[in-house]
Amino acid sequence: MNWLLDNLPQAMGLTVEHLYLSLVPTLIGVVVALGLGLAFGNRPRARAIITAVASAIFTIPSLALFVVIPSIIGTQILDPLNVVIALALYSASLLVRTVFDALDAVAPEVLNAAEALGYSHARRRIFVDLPLAVAPLAAGTRVAAVTNVSLVSVGAVIGVGGLGQLFVSGYQRNYPDQILAGIIVILLVALVFDRVIAVAARLLTPWLHQGAAANSGDGKRRRTSPAPVAPAPQELAASGREAK
Amino acid sequence: MINEMLAYFAQGANWAGETGIPARLGEHLWYSFLAVAAAAVLAFPVGVFIGHTGVGKVYLVSASNVLRALPSLGIMTLLVLLMGIGLLPPLAALVLIAIPPILAGVYAGVANVDPEVVDAARAIGMKDSRIILQVELPLALPLILGGMRGAILQVVATATIAAYVNLGGLGRYIFDGLALYDYGQVLVGAVLVTALALVLDGLLALLVKAVSPARRAIAR
Repeated sequence: MNWLLDNLPQAMGLTVEHLYLSLVPTLIGVVVALGLGLAFGNRPRARAIITAVASAIFTIPSLALFVVIPSIIGTQILDPLNVVIALALYSASLLVRTVFDALDAVAPEVLNAAEALGYSHARRRIFVDLPLAVAPLAAGTRVAAVTNVSLVSVGAVIGVGGLGQLFVSGYQRNYPDQILAGIIVILLVALVFDRVIAVAARLLTPWLHQGAAANSGDGKRRRTSPAPVAPAPQELAASGREAK
Repeated sequence: MINEMLAYFAQGANWAGETGIPARLGEHLWYSFLAVAAAAVLAFPVGVFIGHTGVGKVYLVSASNVLRALPSLGIMTLLVLLMGIGLLPPLAALVLIAIPPILAGVYAGVANVDPEVVDAARAIGMKDSRIILQVELPLALPLILGGMRGAILQVVATATIAAYVNLGGLGRYIFDGLALYDYGQVLVGAVLVTALALVLDGLLALLVKAVSPARRAIAR
């Protein structure tokens, strides 16, 4: 930890770069996945193609993708854009399936009710389907964000990696303290991202938490209150695939 | 760059000897196999225990989130500096990376078994050990294999980075190419490791499908 305390300004600079390199792709991924999900969720063939492509993209090892992108889009091999694009592709691939599933899970009664109230298809999509999909989407976004925070550091071997540069320089100078500092800060950044998204999702879905909040005083949970936030076993298994 | 890559593939010398493509592929598969096997041996009993008893479930959930954020490059370089050059330190890093998905798969598979089925097994006089071996594990197989699939893909991807700490494997092409500004060679490594990951993923997907209960019911 000495290295961290002695080099705080440098560590701060790298942390800011790291935040940028992991946050931007996460946001792009969410937007792209939502767009694809809302546009193609009801078209089985397009959906099957998107799912297959997404799962293939997700299988590409990160280092390979970082170095292949320049030859496809013509950027310099050391351009930070390569890392941003690669991570955005991963995030979108991860999230598009979540979006499909989340939209599927909206109860048909709710959709019928919205239609009966006179919602047009597009308005229903945005004001009914989308808010109801926020909770599962947020769970997926947490996984994507945390994965990105970890993957950015791989970029360090091609000169773009935020805190990952501490690994490269610590390794070259035989200085474990510096590497340890990088690992700790990366874990902290991931933890903060995870919490921020979780809290944001909670604020965006007040209806899911009203029952629990109203009842927190008497220590008993009402029947209608939502299940505790811990992920179900299936989700845990699914999430095992994510990071690389 | 693509032409240079094709030229590299076309040259017969690049397919022979200790640094040839088959040898590098073999190394890559060997490291991956060792790491996944070691991780399975370590993670399997813990996953079964937590899934069967429910003890320590909360820790598992939070630990799996933290471990996902662990940067593989950092773990690998740190272990090499602390333990020295050789096969063991990078292998230890790969094992560490393979444990969470396997653990999550085994735990989820066992925990997801319908409690009524377990009760029925107990009612007809099965002991815990038999319930685990003959009821829970067979029913958990699809999720267990799903976890293994995740672990294998992750390890194959991360084994590329092992070349950074002076090991062999397909990552060699990427790092040697980067050092020599020979981007054709970099692409060779990237394409090979991507192809390997896609092929393995496809094979494992078929395997998972073959053991899924729905499929078995239809086949009958």
